[in-house]
Amino acid sequence: MQTHELIPHLFKTEYRKIISVLCKLFGIEYIEIAEDITSDTFLLAAETWGLKGIPDHPTAWLYTVAKNKTKDYLKRNTLFTEKIKNNIRRSQPVTCEIEIDLSKKNIHDSQLQMIFAVCNPIIPPEAQTSLALHILCGFGVEEIAEAFLTSKEAIYKRLLRAKEKIRAAASKIEIPGPADIQQRLETVLTTIYLLFNEGYYSKTQNVTLRKDFCIEAMRLTQLLLQHENTNKPSVNALMSLMCFHASRFDARLSHKGETILYEEQDRTLWNDDLIAEGNHYLIESAKGQTLSKYHLEASIAYWHCTKTEPANKWEQILQLYNQLLQIEYSSVTALNRTYALSKVYGKEVAIEEARKLKLAGNHLYFCLLGYLYMDNNASMAIECFEQALALSKTVNDKKIIKGYLLQLSRKC
Amino acid sequence: MKEFMMLFRHEPNPASKPSPEQLQASIKKWQDWIGGIAAQGKFVATNQLGFEGKTVKSNKVVTDGPYAEIKEIVGGYLQIKADSLDEAVELADGCPILQVGGHVEVRNIMTR
Repeated sequence: MQTHELIPHLFKTEYRKIISVLCKLFGIEYIEIAEDITSDTFLLAAETWGLKGIPDHPTAWLYTVAKNKTKDYLKRNTLFTEKIKNNIRRSQPVTCEIEIDLSKKNIHDSQLQMIFAVCNPIIPPEAQTSLALHILCGFGVEEIAEAFLTSKEAIYKRLLRAKEKIRAAASKIEIPGPADIQQRLETVLTTIYLLFNEGYYSKTQNVTLRKDFCIEAMRLTQLLLQHENTNKPSVNALMSLMCFHASRFDARLSHKGETILYEEQDRTLWNDDLIAEGNHYLIESAKGQTLSKYHLEASIAYWHCTKTEPANKWEQILQLYNQLLQIEYSSVTALNRTYALSKVYGKEVAIEEARKLKLAGNHLYFCLLGYLYMDNNASMAIECFEQALALSKTVNDKKIIKGYLLQLSRKC
Repeated sequence: MKEFMMLFRHEPNPASKPSPEQLQASIKKWQDWIGGIAAQGKFVATNQLGFEGKTVKSNKVVTDGPYAEIKEIVGGYLQIKADSLDEAVELADGCPILQVGGHVEVRNIMTR
């Protein structure tokens, strides 16, 4: 990996680890100092590695520099050091020098606690998610803006306000008790889910799928599963969902990094180990009374991972989508439900239902309509795919739509 | 958008003993219909009511059964979002209760 690829990569995976450890050390109210030190570390990496080349152990290099920068900061700012000593006394025996513990275990603990410190109900849910994506996952402001379909400025402001709230509340970095855990966990899961989707459905062109995002999302979930208080049915369901999706990773990407549609995937490339893991977590998720949207999505993903086509597959999927929409509406779910409907009741019924969806600004809506008209009304199908083409934004989407148009023009 | 409530009324048939398969098929029908409304982003809440119940009247009179004087009972409700009563009525079209001789009462929900 070259410097210009490696640093953004390490930023994604290491930024949040260093920041979590520093926040735990300082107290969450000093999050911005932790951010400054961490950012400086990466800045120095960018300068040094560009000139002298990449060190043998880039991660270790980052940790050493972060430690030194922290020690320097503490030496220079004695007032701050005095203030945080109160916080530090609680967690480690006071020695003359403050220890910056970047061991694997402390990184794990800090991250898990940091997840909950960031996902705090005093911050509005959307701001929580933005902050978590930024601090815990190392997402850039631009990427967060894209994920939320809003401007960079809006995200900057949102992050700033969220940090102000955290500072004002000066909440402790810890795992919440049984009373708050369910509510707090929901935001955490939303964030992890977004992180996974950012990787899985990456909109970035010319770039291989961001497997790292997905792996990191799964690792965060694994952190939650390892702790007694956070090993809940919905967490298992989310893990199951991600395992099932990830099992098709290699099958849904061509060598050139293009998406391969589900029907055209080479099913021998599906990862059986991950499917087995998905099954395991799905069974685990069934313990207890909760039925979260993750349960439903994991169950749908389960059916999509069956290599044969059982007779009742689409009926089951349709019922799951019906339930999912009652828990949470989204245009994508509505479209997927209509596709499942066509598989169960035929395309005519599905067209009638699709027309009621009123999603005229959505290219996938016209893709679905185009697909439904394909067999019986080629000119209508062409019209729909052309509208889809005009509305689509990514190269990959356009390519797939053009493929359908070509197929249709041959028919006519 | 305003909120409306659909009340499903029907005359229960005490003689009918549906098989598990019939029950399953009936649930599917209802779910497909409600799913269609949810797919339009107009679903708010729903519940099916059981057959157990009593009716409380003045003077501490409690009678058995959910039905007061009429034979019809409310089998459940669906709370939805719609721009107008007309649209809400349109959404009631296709409700499975209509296939078994029941009917749907569509009412606006008062907002404070």
